[in-house]
Amino acid sequence: MKRIINFGVLLIVALFLSSCGYNSLQTQEETVFKAWADIEATLQRRADLIPNLVATVKGYAQHEQETLQKVVEARAKATSVQLSPADLSNPAAMQQFRANQGELSSALSRLMVVVEKYPDLKANQNFLDLQNQLEGTENRINVARQRYNEAVELFNGSIRKFPASLTNKFLLHLVKKEYFKADEAAKAVPKVTF
Amino acid sequence: MGNNFLIKKRIFGLFLTLALVFLYTQPVLALEVPPLKGRVNDYAGILAPATARQLEDVLQKFETAESTQIVLLTVPSLEGTSLEDFSLRVVEAWKLGQKKLDNGTLLLIAKNDRKLRIEVGYGLEGKLTDLVSGRIIRDIITPRFKEGNFDQGVIDGIAAIMAVAKGEFTAANTQSRHNSGADPGAIIIFLLVLFSVLGRILARAPWLAAGAGAIFAPVFGAIILGLGGLGLLALALLGFIFGLIAARIASAAGGGFFGGFGGGMGGFGGGSSGGFSGFSGVGGSFGGGGASGSW
Repeated sequence: MKRIINFGVLLIVALFLSSCGYNSLQTQEETVFKAWADIEATLQRRADLIPNLVATVKGYAQHEQETLQKVVEARAKATSVQLSPADLSNPAAMQQFRANQGELSSALSRLMVVVEKYPDLKANQNFLDLQNQLEGTENRINVARQRYNEAVELFNGSIRKFPASLTNKFLLHLVKKEYFKADEAAKAVPKVTF
Repeated sequence: MGNNFLIKKRIFGLFLTLALVFLYTQPVLALEVPPLKGRVNDYAGILAPATARQLEDVLQKFETAESTQIVLLTVPSLEGTSLEDFSLRVVEAWKLGQKKLDNGTLLLIAKNDRKLRIEVGYGLEGKLTDLVSGRIIRDIITPRFKEGNFDQGVIDGIAAIMAVAKGEFTAANTQSRHNSGADPGAIIIFLLVLFSVLGRILARAPWLAAGAGAIFAPVFGAIILGLGGLGLLALALLGFIFGLIAARIASAAGGGFFGGFGGGMGGFGGGSSGGFSGFSGVGGSFGGGGASGSW
């Protein structure tokens, strides 16, 4: 009988330990990191599409050198900055990263608007494919961003809620993560209507 | 005993309802995701009945053979919602594709907006790329739609999607679609063991049992199902009631395994009743892959 009681007490203790958030906080932080990795992957995917896109547009739209140049520059700038997991808690670094990516987004949407003037380009199979890929990538970025922000919301909430807040304060010392908001200038996703 | 028990059952029913009401309260979205009727969900009524039946049949056979799940949804209007947002919400709600394989695909057509989208699950992104989806929309579906021939456009489009997705997965990959996220078997066994032990102890102390129930139900709710707030409060009440009932049963049965089992089911009942809105791992997941188009 005594052994049974001991066993029960042990189980209860184990349960209360796991409800204090020691494990769940770390799991949730991992989720944030993973969601961030997904964002970076989709952003990289976009950056990879750009040289091809620029080359295709160049062949048809000689007069848009300036717009093309801006896209190339914005891409270079956006790909030069990478955030480490620790930077996710750094508002300044996140702000910088967001601004760079936002610049690229708006340079791209400007490009997609000017190509409207070139019917030959718009009939080009290669360009249409690239456009699909670009739209798809922008959509993925949106989805990844939403999921990252949800993960951050959950994590930031958890480290402030009792009793996990105590666990964090005394044991884990995890820091609040920054949201990845859409840059205001970049809200207009490149989209071309036929 | 019988009458008493019946009343308690009623009270439990009331609390269960209350708990469900709390847990199902979710923000109202602009355009509701319609219920998944089958593989062909022609809410806009653009297909001839014969076409819809034929498609349903073909898609079902395809899923049996390949495990890849292709579903069609047509809606009359997007009501101002963005096509991509709505599409993602639909696939997140419907969880198309097999769990872990993520091999679901949705062909979404918004009739009055003249827009359509192929939403591709993670598992199919390798073959049904944005580029390929875009070509299917551009070269195969929209030319038919422009002629007003929805039947042919949808049939050709689905055929193209199937041709691309074919061979990516096999029927051997098929799993039960109704698996829950947490492993229910493990949870049940764990709870059975735990409560058969506790049942022995608690059979003689109903209020202790009720208190334990009030603590355990929300703890399980929080750990296993990730619930919070009002849901936990509801679970605490449920646990309390179950604890009392379990202790009653346990003392009637003289403690032992049956009592423990009752207590266990009480705890689990409290936990799982909260779970239906919390589980999210059923079926495939999507990351925004695919392509959109208009006609």
